[in-house]
Amino acid sequence: MEIINIISQLIIPLFILFAIVYGIAKKVRLYDSFVSGAKDGIDVIIKIFPYVLAIFLAVKTFQASGAYDSMKNLFSGLSTALSIPPEIFSLAIIKPLSGSASLGIFTDIVKTTGPDSLASRIAAVILGSAETTFYVVAVYMGAVSIKKTKYLVPVCITADIVGIAVAIAVVKMMF
Amino acid sequence: MNIIWFLLMCVSIIFSIINGRLDDFTKAMFDASKLAVETCMYLLGIVSLWLGLTKILEDSGLIFKLSHFFRPVISRLFKNIPPDHPSITSITLNLLANLFGLGNAATPLGIKAMKDLQTLNPDPETVTFEMMLFTVINTSSIQIIPFTVIGLLANYGSKMPTAIVLPTIIATVVSTVAAVGVLFLFKGIKKWK
Repeated sequence: MEIINIISQLIIPLFILFAIVYGIAKKVRLYDSFVSGAKDGIDVIIKIFPYVLAIFLAVKTFQASGAYDSMKNLFSGLSTALSIPPEIFSLAIIKPLSGSASLGIFTDIVKTTGPDSLASRIAAVILGSAETTFYVVAVYMGAVSIKKTKYLVPVCITADIVGIAVAIAVVKMMF
Repeated sequence: MNIIWFLLMCVSIIFSIINGRLDDFTKAMFDASKLAVETCMYLLGIVSLWLGLTKILEDSGLIFKLSHFFRPVISRLFKNIPPDHPSITSITLNLLANLFGLGNAATPLGIKAMKDLQTLNPDPETVTFEMMLFTVINTSSIQIIPFTVIGLLANYGSKMPTAIVLPTIIATVVSTVAAVGVLFLFKGIKKWK
């Protein structure tokens, strides 16, 4: 734990130091080089922006319309049948769509059920083992203007479902 | 993506009519625009930063050296990347940043990796298998220790916030392997068809 924490803090400064020292040794004009690379950032963001906007638009309106609440209720029957805390389903639905919303739901679960409850632990593992799928796909595909994503999205959705099932199973087995 | 976006928007509009939340719907639209701008402004900063730093690696030739060094590991999964290609380095750096939970570095380096992979793409509008593989690994998360989650659990008075570390590692490994497996499965089905 501690070691990984220390490495996490050291890795970026050390990497940059290494890159700069190596660059100097190879007589690279560091400042010019950095600036010319950074200049490309704006082109990337201009490409990404419409994709990010489209995703946020769908996610935000989905939450605001009450569709999200209805979906939660729909799943609550299923969760009692599988003896999974109902809160987990709301997290599972929102996790691939929005990072900040899933963090909010996680905080809610911890507050209402206590930090050492089964629900909190399952939620923690889901949060730690999955990313905001649609955001990642939109940003990565948008950055290189890919229009045809073939079977990428079905794969990601299947993988998300598997990931959440695995998280629930692992926590239920270990606690 | 077209179908999913269409479904989400339709469901949202229908539900906001049923629930009488049309003004919430409209407000959410403008909130989303604002949030998209804020997110992209933040991304603009960190993406430019990392593109600048990786440019130093390129100009000094270090990126090719590192690619050569990491090739044995990366090329096991990413079979169609030529030796010493810069994308090997950017993929490795992104995966390292993900492992250590450095989100501020992982996304920009991931974008850099996508740009590098795009140089190998014969059809710039269509995704390549390497890009899909890279994206799937990124969406399934490979972080070793979820510091944010542990911090939150500790804040709310957990007796053992680190109890979730081992299950998270197991879940992460299993779900990433499963995700890559699903991708290869789809590839197999497409070929078979």
